[in-house]
Amino acid sequence: MPKPSSLVQGQTRPGFSTLAVHAGESRQKLGDSITDPIICASTYTFESTQAVIDFIEQKLPREEYGRYGNPGERVVERKLAQLEGGEEAILYSSGMAAIVGLLMSKLNAGDEVIFFDECYHRSREFCSKHLSRFGVVTRQVPACDYRAMEAAITPNTRLLVSESPTNPHLSVVDLEQFAAIGKDHEIDTLIDATLATPYNLRPLDFGVDFVLHSATKYLAGHNDLLAGVIIGARDKLEPVRKLRGILGAINSPHNIYLLERGLKTFELRMQRHNENGLRVAQFLESHPRVERVYYPGLASHAYHDVARRTMTGFGGLVTFLVRDADWRQTADVVDAAQVARIAPSLGGAETLIEQPLVMSYYECSPEDRRRFGIPDNMIRLACGLENAEDLIADLRQALDA
Amino acid sequence: MKFRTRAIHVGNARDAQSGAVVPPIHVASTFVQPAAGQWGQFDYSRSGNPTRANLEQTLASLEGGTRALAFASGMAATHCATMLLEAGQHIVAGTDIYGGTYRLLHKIVNRAGIRVTLANSQDLAALEAAITPETRLLWIESPGNPLMSITDIAACAELARRRRILLAVDNTFASPVLTRPLELGAQIVMHSATKYLGGHSDVLGGALVVADQELYDRLYFIQNATGGVLGPFDSFLVSRGLKTLELRVVEQCRTAQRLAEFLQTDARVRRVLYPGLPAHPGHEIAARQMHGGFGAMLSFELEGDFEKTRRVVGATRLFQLAVSLGAVESLIEQPAAMSHASYDPAARAAHGISDGLIRLSVGLEDFDDLRDDLHQALDA
Ligand SMILES: Cc1ncc(COP(=O)(O)O)c(C=O)c1O
Ligand SMILES: Cc1ncc(COP(=O)(O)O)c(C=O)c1O
Repeated sequence: MPKPSSLVQGQTRPGFSTLAVHAGESRQKLGDSITDPIICASTYTFESTQAVIDFIEQKLPREEYGRYGNPGERVVERKLAQLEGGEEAILYSSGMAAIVGLLMSKLNAGDEVIFFDECYHRSREFCSKHLSRFGVVTRQVPACDYRAMEAAITPNTRLLVSESPTNPHLSVVDLEQFAAIGKDHEIDTLIDATLATPYNLRPLDFGVDFVLHSATKYLAGHNDLLAGVIIGARDKLEPVRKLRGILGAINSPHNIYLLERGLKTFELRMQRHNENGLRVAQFLESHPRVERVYYPGLASHAYHDVARRTMTGFGGLVTFLVRDADWRQTADVVDAAQVARIAPSLGGAETLIEQPLVMSYYECSPEDRRRFGIPDNMIRLACGLENAEDLIADLRQALDA
Repeated sequence: MKFRTRAIHVGNARDAQSGAVVPPIHVASTFVQPAAGQWGQFDYSRSGNPTRANLEQTLASLEGGTRALAFASGMAATHCATMLLEAGQHIVAGTDIYGGTYRLLHKIVNRAGIRVTLANSQDLAALEAAITPETRLLWIESPGNPLMSITDIAACAELARRRRILLAVDNTFASPVLTRPLELGAQIVMHSATKYLGGHSDVLGGALVVADQELYDRLYFIQNATGGVLGPFDSFLVSRGLKTLELRVVEQCRTAQRLAEFLQTDARVRRVLYPGLPAHPGHEIAARQMHGGFGAMLSFELEGDFEKTRRVVGATRLFQLAVSLGAVESLIEQPAAMSHASYDPAARAAHGISDGLIRLSVGLEDFDDLRDDLHQALDA
């Protein structure tokens, strides 16, 4: 197995962009290439029967079969672990596969998991509709209500879960309080930090046990691949990795290469997403047709103080309400956008726009939408890497149309 | 739309059929036609490929041109441009051109009966003196390699216009983020897309960009007839790289400027060649011609001989010892032993390439890490 570059193992912690470019990679690569090769092998050969026996008995670090790991994948796992400040990372074929991989590994029939209720609707759906079939109980408490979370804990509780910032309300969890509840009750904690990324927030530093990302978003950054990752302590992740090898939701070597390539510009991209997010949020807040803006970087945001204390920047996602607009008038704003394109997802170079009512909650009852906090006049904008001036001009014409 | 927005959106329209935000990679070598004798937009991938066409559209927009052609390498692009000429005609090229261009002009293009004269492109009078009635093409590069010499593109354009010859600019080192030669009066921009355009050390590619349709048609004819086209996967990777081009180049320039300033104050360094330093002979022109930075390539000369220099370039822990440039990883090399080793010692001396010269391609790593790395390596 190749050795990580000596620089990156050194005493002083290199700068973030240095890590993004080099961490996890060996300095001298296969074929003396400057970049990691894409190894498409589904299986790996052994020199002899004895080599197989040695591999099994001595647990030698080498590849065996594609579902258990790939050399390029290990490079990116090491890179992501170092960016996040964790010991170990496990890559999956998508963010959902990562969530499922962790929950399936950590929970048994009779166990309970507690969620803050503002979350990606498919995570909620997996717990309420599917984990329940295996006898796992999901309890939801209001986002950032730490007392409610603590009160919901029973002797069967095994995992506390939240996103931060949450999607699409961008509520920011006080990770010290959240992690402390887990520590006090000896329950593992998981933060889905997809919207923050390790550039803006490093939950492990606050004592959270697992960090999860839809790497589809900012980590890959180009709207051209799906991936998920879980990061945490090696011993806690060992059974998770084993289960991945059985369930098989692995990523492909080609995708992993694109993810690695995307990570090289990670710091630059995040700086730009942060700048675009903030400038667009400030513009929206000043626009007469906007009733309310959800963006942690705005002083008006309910969680601005926690965000400022714990985050480097606030990302590219901005949610807002169009004043006195019904769902159709709101849709007209979405349809009038010319730079932003109508699509789900976020975190790529291209700015995307969507109306949560239509895109993700169309089939929910009005009561459920009220419960989830999804009003008809809500728009979610995922700022990309374009010039902020162009994004603002686009929104202005869409709102004034 | 501004530069970054165009880099992301022009040529990357939403795919009409699937809605994909990122256009599909069309790997097809051939395309089904509506009827015999009737041609669709694409017929055969050498003649045109949708993925390559997307990239070409983006490049044309970023260079301020109207049409672009993507090639299998920078050399394939340069070769195509030289094939505009015929036997008996003449090219004037700057003395600081890329070594591969020098080789092409003197060992391949000359076989077709095309004559080549090199002249110092920083000296307009010398350039003009080299022009003959047969001259059809003036070929320059700025910043030049490896001394980062700066050529005044607008002045060359004026000269070319007056003498009714084409001006082609190899814009590889500056990239369209910093300099757009077509806007300064050049007729052809050439790129090794291997460098900043791709930006991730994982593609070989080249490009020609023009503003004039008739010139495009002639170049397109040559490209299609000779076949040095860029493949669909590589076209996709270059397009993907362009989305972060401006972010990368601006950041890399910023770090290069700081490294140049750091090296300038180090007693182990004899001189630093970077257009962003006021002492650089091309600084004034560069300040006019390059916007947002002075490039991410810099050279410096050690107080030391060939062996000492060899040790220094081998002692870095972050900079990697390799030729090429323009990517996210920082690279270091000794021109006398590597990029310009094919020059004989007399030619190297004439070009100011001493044994103590070191060339850096500054990547995206943190400035502090790169500075610390050079600081320790200089003691080797
Ligand atoms: C916060 C969050 N978590 C998880 C996911 C799921 O990730 P993926 O789409 O990569 O499966 C998403 C995106 O859809 C998300 O926004
Ligand atoms: C300035 C310049 N022009 C042209 C080239 C040739 O490009 P390629 O290597 O893509 O053929 C290079 C490559 O090193 C170069 O640095």
